Amino acid sequence: MKTLVWVEHDNASVKDATLHTVTAAAKLGEVHLLVAGSGCAAVAEAAAKIEGVGKVHLADDAAYAHALAENLAPLIVELMGHHDAFLAPATTIGKNVAPRVAALLDVMQISDILSVEGDKTFTRPIYAGNAIATVESSDAKLVITVRGTAFAKAAETGGSGTVEAVAATGDAGLSSFVGSEIAASERPELTSAKVIVSGGRALKDEETFASTILPLADKLGAAVGASRAAVDAGYVPNDYQVGQTGKIVAPDVYIAVGISGAIQHLAGMKDSKTIIAINKDEDAPIFQVADIGLVADLFTAVPELTGKL
Amino acid sequence: MKILVPVKRVIDYNVKPRVKADGTGVDLANVKMSMNPFDEIAVEEAIRIKEAGKAEEIVAVSIGVAKAADTLRTALAMGADRAILIEVAPDAEVEPLAVAKLLKAIVEAEQPGLVILGKQAIDDDSNQTGQMLAALLGRPQGTFASKVEVDADHVSVTREVDGGLETVKLSLPAIVTTDLRLNEPRYASLPNIMKAKKKPLDVKSPADYGVDVAPRLKTLKVTEPPVRSAGIKVADVDALVAKLKELGVA
Repeated sequence: MKTLVWVEHDNASVKDATLHTVTAAAKLGEVHLLVAGSGCAAVAEAAAKIEGVGKVHLADDAAYAHALAENLAPLIVELMGHHDAFLAPATTIGKNVAPRVAALLDVMQISDILSVEGDKTFTRPIYAGNAIATVESSDAKLVITVRGTAFAKAAETGGSGTVEAVAATGDAGLSSFVGSEIAASERPELTSAKVIVSGGRALKDEETFASTILPLADKLGAAVGASRAAVDAGYVPNDYQVGQTGKIVAPDVYIAVGISGAIQHLAGMKDSKTIIAINKDEDAPIFQVADIGLVADLFTAVPELTGKL
Repeated sequence: MKILVPVKRVIDYNVKPRVKADGTGVDLANVKMSMNPFDEIAVEEAIRIKEAGKAEEIVAVSIGVAKAADTLRTALAMGADRAILIEVAPDAEVEPLAVAKLLKAIVEAEQPGLVILGKQAIDDDSNQTGQMLAALLGRPQGTFASKVEVDADHVSVTREVDGGLETVKLSLPAIVTTDLRLNEPRYASLPNIMKAKKKPLDVKSPADYGVDVAPRLKTLKVTEPPVRSAGIKVADVDALVAKLKELGVA
């Protein structure tokens, strides 16, 4: 089977999410990549070095600069003329583009796969991760989004792919990019961090969240996450949200501070290797999944913990 | 402008789903069902656009079993003007691709300027239908919307993306899918619930639209996720520090 993997990048380097997706694609067969963007030739060169990669299709055109689904889908559909499967990481870009491609190919997408069980058989979570479905596709071509945390990263070196330019399909003229507000952060990226410190509603306000959670995260070199309650209350921006509708993470250590552990939050972090919970309510559902629990007032326990590390 | 709002009847978000012992699926017998939370946000947004004088009519549509009429009545009670139910057999599982094809047929008949859907349903967690509908119609899509501003011939959508927010401008007609932060859905008042009973609700079948709803994916089995082994509780911060050192993170 020939697979085509969407390469997520920032015009400088390949994002980690792609490396996880390459591992999933390699289980299906030959791995080809698609690097689309504007001024992204360097990314294609880097992508060609990923272990196990064959051809790298480079589509460099202003129409692809902001990954608008309306412009990308026709390009991918054209490339799918000679590929059997399209795989994208289950990031916001992948989730935006892949279903558009699937519908144009008249196939059902398989979202957020956890494992490859056969050529056409995959497992995926449903009901906020409370059940795992094994599904078999009857479609001629496959369109799949991949849960990064379920697959190891492919090595960034050791590959010897060849870069081949592909003709742009142009601007569909349906949509345009206006602007973006991307939060600058020097901390590790949430979805690929080894350690995450997450805060919930109990943190009270933006200042308290910052003064309690951030020093602990910095001490541990951890990324910072949050529950929906903390995001809704404005303690932190939306993209910190861990859960069914936010980011899905599986770090080595996840420290949940002042988070009760609602179904929707657990959906985003219960595959973490070790879960540590700090909560003053000993009946909080978070303790049912925590490997290590500390029943204590976070306002005294967290600063003490930070101080003793 | 007319706005079309597809809504789905799903297991209530507070219910912890139970996997059937025979591995055929999740047990939905005698389980509380509600409108998918993202669809409530979609209905609310449509109503707000109408209240701002930028839409004349809101049509709610659902594809599902006869009971999905309850979900449509909820949408009508919130403020939708009329509803369409495409009724399917009780054991039928209609996939996003088939739903998108049915919605395409309705869009062609109703000609809405805007279709607002939830970004995902909390049962199958697919996050596909809106994008697929946009593709089938050849229309632009504004997914994961946290802000929607309608103008004469276009709509500006602020989207929640990894790392922050992004704003796109889409030509109308367009497809928008809602994220959690778009709005706070209103509750239907008792008088409005009573009034909703008198609002029109058409019942159709997939055959009326000539759409084949046969699933493309076969569910071989549904299992419980791996259970985490019971953890321990530590007595104080010093014990926690020791544990973190054991784990090699401190």
